[in-house]
Amino acid sequence: MNKFETFTGIAAPMPLVNIDTDMIIPKVFLKSIARTGFGKNLFDEMRFNRDGTEIEDFVLNKPQYRSSQILIAGDNFGCGSSREHAPWALEDFGIKVIVSTSFADIFFNNCFKNGMLPIVLPQEQVDILMKDAEKGENARMTVDLEAQEITTSDGDVISFDVDAFKKHCLLNGLDDIGLTLEKADSIKSFEDQAAQARPWV
Amino acid sequence: MSPKTLYDKIWDAHVAHEADDGTCLLYIDRHLVHEVTSAQAFEGLRLAGRTVHAPEKTIAVPDHNVPTTLDRADPATMTPESRIQVEALDKNAKEFGVHYYPVSDVRQGIVHIVGPEQGWTLPGMTVVCGDSHTATHGAFGALAHGIGTSEVEHVLATQTLIQKKSKNMKVEITGKLKPGVTAKDITLAVIGETGTGGGTGYVIEYCGEAIRDLSMEGRMTVCNMAIEGGARAGLIAPDETTYAYVKGRPHAPKGAQFEAALDWWKTLFTDEDAHFDKVVTLKGEDIQPVVTWGTSPEDVLPITGVVPHPDDFEGGKVEAAKRSIEYMGLVPGQKLTDIEIDTVFIGSCTNGRIEDLRAVAEVVKGKKIKDGMRAMIVPGSGLVRAQAEEEGLAEIFEAAGFEWRMAGCSMCLAMNPDQLSEGERCAATSNRNFEGRQGYKGRTHLVSPGMAAAAALTGKLTDVRELV
Ligand code: SF4
Repeated sequence: MNKFETFTGIAAPMPLVNIDTDMIIPKVFLKSIARTGFGKNLFDEMRFNRDGTEIEDFVLNKPQYRSSQILIAGDNFGCGSSREHAPWALEDFGIKVIVSTSFADIFFNNCFKNGMLPIVLPQEQVDILMKDAEKGENARMTVDLEAQEITTSDGDVISFDVDAFKKHCLLNGLDDIGLTLEKADSIKSFEDQAAQARPWV
Repeated sequence: MSPKTLYDKIWDAHVAHEADDGTCLLYIDRHLVHEVTSAQAFEGLRLAGRTVHAPEKTIAVPDHNVPTTLDRADPATMTPESRIQVEALDKNAKEFGVHYYPVSDVRQGIVHIVGPEQGWTLPGMTVVCGDSHTATHGAFGALAHGIGTSEVEHVLATQTLIQKKSKNMKVEITGKLKPGVTAKDITLAVIGETGTGGGTGYVIEYCGEAIRDLSMEGRMTVCNMAIEGGARAGLIAPDETTYAYVKGRPHAPKGAQFEAALDWWKTLFTDEDAHFDKVVTLKGEDIQPVVTWGTSPEDVLPITGVVPHPDDFEGGKVEAAKRSIEYMGLVPGQKLTDIEIDTVFIGSCTNGRIEDLRAVAEVVKGKKIKDGMRAMIVPGSGLVRAQAEEEGLAEIFEAAGFEWRMAGCSMCLAMNPDQLSEGERCAATSNRNFEGRQGYKGRTHLVSPGMAAAAALTGKLTDVRELV
């Protein structure tokens, strides 16, 4: 996993609530057994007509948002299925940060495993960022994970919370399987004790 | 000792390591695996030179993308992509030595139906699967939730999951249900009440008389949709109904082991005065047969209602409701019972069990589905299918005009050719009505099995209470 570094990028506004994983990556694209290449089908049914032409007024098709790296989204983003293809598609497209008032649990976890940062903020602050994003190309925001701050194009600074362990993994690009395997002794002793207590498992 | 919830107890029994900041390694007792979300995880293991830590606790079955046609034993009936996924699972299961039920095995079926049916799922366990409806297993008082593919790889490699504890939420359904009202109506009514984000950050414990009165099948239907309410998991405390269901299943403990297990299972309940961070209470007798009108599972109304107006909502939901109504091709104020449908799908891990099929048979016995209606019944497993045939249900379905298919996820997510075409409108017993869920521009109304059966007969969304 790549390290998450401070960057300045374009933010796209997607105020719709309950954007689900079927919208993010429709299931017809889940048939691949690879992890990459899903970006071209991100938001497929919202982004393209059946004949493959682009739907002009979809935000990521507008010239000023085509290279967005940040999404400012409506409440309950990523609800629905556990498919990691959703964060894979976002990441492959180039999205690094998603801001919303809330995220679905599995999607939220999946983002961190793929080097992306989902940020939860109260409604008023999401509104400020949404307004800023609506300005288009010049609305470049800076996301600093180390300092836990987003700076808007107007210079407003909004701070955010993030789980300390997840932050550590993102900043250092750590593979968490490797980290867990360092605790193999704890796992082994748990297994020994569980085998005594619940031998039927 | 301070009083604990059921969730607290199961959690505490599975913490293998806790860091100073509260991040835990939660030990996983059962890991269920299917073909669509596991290939990349097995590949990750291979690339890193790792093995499956506990293959004896890992159970694999292809379900999401398999054909449900009768001739599917012939691999030529699969699309090339689904063949690649199923063959990858065949290969991975063999190579890593996990338990496996291939397509040709009568025990094959939807992963969340196979687990309980084979006795893999037991009270007090931790169960995970790369599928959000893993919540289903919570019906046994097992802590069960969906995970992403990176986490599948993590569990394969370590048999643990990195987790922080969720908050406790109680959903109590008091009193008795009225006739014609089912577990599906309970679970949809709860989501209608809390919204799809209402459970975010919580593990829900369902309790109350109406929940206690449910069979295991009904309890699985309730917990199945906990995820649609945003919760990490749903739980129901085990009781005599649970023990009776579990006893004698192929992988359930036997003899003295069963007795020992039972002793522990009997401690799995929420202590009096245990703290819940959020409580929702519904009266069983207030719940009616419900349907969804929109494209979110929270868009729930009693069948006696009318399509709402976007202005009935607030905030971001106004825009979402407008989009939903347009997508669904409805008119605000239209009676739900005037909505004509052309397809009926009965199946899925929500409602693909034997009891669900019995409910359908009760409604359609001796009757015919509406002319031109496309109606399919897809049993949740090969064993459910066999039992329905033995009980004579399959004959009833076929005589009424239903297609009687082989087990799998089928039109619940429509990855295989079982799909709606553009504009088709379906009454479905599955769990998601998202845009495009059952096929590009397809329209889905979520209902109980009895309501789906009623709709198949009349060609409209119908109050099942009028037909039985
Ligand atoms: S039946 Fe539907 S919800 Fe259940 S596991 Fe299959 S696809 Fe998922």
